[in-house]
Amino acid sequence: MYEQVLLLEKRDSEYQDLAGYRSVGGYSALSSTLRDSTPEQLIDLVKEAKLRGRGGAGFPTGLKWSFVPKGSASAKWLLCNADEGEPGTFKDRIIMEQTPHLLLEGMILAAYAIGAAKAYIYIRGEYVTAIRRLEREIQACRQAGLLGKNILGSGFDLDIYLHRGAGAYICGEETALIESLEGNRGQPRFKPPFPAVSGFYKGPTVVNNVETLACVPPIVQRGADWFRSIGSEKCPGPKLYCLSGHVKRPGLYELPMGISLRELVEQHAGGTHSGKKIKAVIPGGISAALLPEPALDIAMDFDALSAAGTMLGSAGVIVMDESTCMVQVAHRIIEFFHHESCGKCTPCREGLAWVEQMLRRIKDGEAKSGELESMERIYGNIEGNTFCLLGDGAVMALRGVVKNFRHEFIERIQQGGRAA
Amino acid sequence: MKDQTLKQQITEMATRYPAARSAVMPALHLAQAHYGYLTQDAMAEVAEYLHLPRVAVLEIATFYSLFHTRPVGKYHLQLCTNLSCMLLGAERLQRQLEQQLDIRCGETTADGRFTLTAVECLGACEMAPVMQLNDDYCGHLNEQRLAEMLQTLQEEANRKPENGPPSS
Repeated sequence: MYEQVLLLEKRDSEYQDLAGYRSVGGYSALSSTLRDSTPEQLIDLVKEAKLRGRGGAGFPTGLKWSFVPKGSASAKWLLCNADEGEPGTFKDRIIMEQTPHLLLEGMILAAYAIGAAKAYIYIRGEYVTAIRRLEREIQACRQAGLLGKNILGSGFDLDIYLHRGAGAYICGEETALIESLEGNRGQPRFKPPFPAVSGFYKGPTVVNNVETLACVPPIVQRGADWFRSIGSEKCPGPKLYCLSGHVKRPGLYELPMGISLRELVEQHAGGTHSGKKIKAVIPGGISAALLPEPALDIAMDFDALSAAGTMLGSAGVIVMDESTCMVQVAHRIIEFFHHESCGKCTPCREGLAWVEQMLRRIKDGEAKSGELESMERIYGNIEGNTFCLLGDGAVMALRGVVKNFRHEFIERIQQGGRAA
Repeated sequence: MKDQTLKQQITEMATRYPAARSAVMPALHLAQAHYGYLTQDAMAEVAEYLHLPRVAVLEIATFYSLFHTRPVGKYHLQLCTNLSCMLLGAERLQRQLEQQLDIRCGETTADGRFTLTAVECLGACEMAPVMQLNDDYCGHLNEQRLAEMLQTLQEEANRKPENGPPSS
């Protein structure tokens, strides 16, 4: 039986405050690290655990931390990416609402590893409950000597501040997040330089996702071997999966990384709520290409899904039953990306507008024959030609729908022509 | 009339960052909570306290969807229409809200009570279909729950006819 470490006991409010979190060993990882380990040793431990970033990219966390130049005179920064905006995703909100100290302890450890004296949590503006709770618990940490000067007598100083976002999907992209945190419009920056070298106000900066940081205290407490014993060799550890859509038991599930998508949907989430057959499942938030029902026997990890032409992304699993109209799904997905395009680069800004119009015509039965092919040509020109991954994500998602359900688009175009 | 509390809050906020410019978003959140929405004067105040050109504040206020440069109703209904909610009937709920409030998405009722907005994913798909009523999430919606909720809000508004911006 898998033991939950990120959600502790689900929906149990006892762990929301400092006393509750401490009663289950909270902050023992921090005190032992500050007492016994150097920052380098902590980085090595996280490398050894093979923790990979849970925000979507799956980059090795310890390696990311080690890119921060040691001994550099300029201030270093830790930014927590809590701007959870990928549709179908709600795991970070639930961590912050239910076990806020798991994130805070993870952040203090990460800041110690990279030598940051200030850290910010860039949190979605809509997450008002999580904001209030974190504000309260950050204050409790200051009073308990877990934040501020000379933390637990170690000589290490850290302040954590909340920065409330204001509704822009693009700010989940790490360089756009940094731009936004500097008081600019959230538009991505060119890489390189990567944030670890030159990020927030040109200082070395690490941006980590909430779930990634929440994995750090359990790694310190239980060891790298324990972490690696869960999941697969290249993608180990516990993982949060967000289940929604036409599913019987929607919700957040903590299970090993690499669980089969079919098991997740059919056993844990109970299959479809209607009892109808599953038509397709999006495995990692709407940027990820959907998988048709026969392809559900696949491991939910970064490598397996990438090899199948999709991605684990944010592990936002959206289930669609056989009643779902895929043209409507495609249109809704592209409407979203068009709305959230930051406007910086032309292929994304203009291209997505055109694709959205064409999908609307197909959906409304107003498309002419050949419109599907024109649309494919246009989105083929978006892919790989945009400044950041937003445009690529939109195309990956749309390609997945068209590839697997092309006949629905053709039927709609033909029917529309007859009806007119 | 400028407000000293707001000035104090914004000035304090600026000390949390390496440069005051970083505080523009939190300052706009504070100003919006204070005035109800971001008037030209409110944005000018923020610019003054943070020593920024007014246009630098305006470009932030208009880039992010949670900042409002036009008045918002006492009850702001933000219905999620993204995929997980769409699959569970968000379009039907949108039509119901538009019909019952007699406005389209993006509009405010003539009495200034209700603003209806169709929004992108609220990050609460486990309770889809979901909407945000001001700051609160209302999940597992259906036609009946929505109708009851609107009725409760109407009655509440009738009991408390004052309709100014929320006080800070």
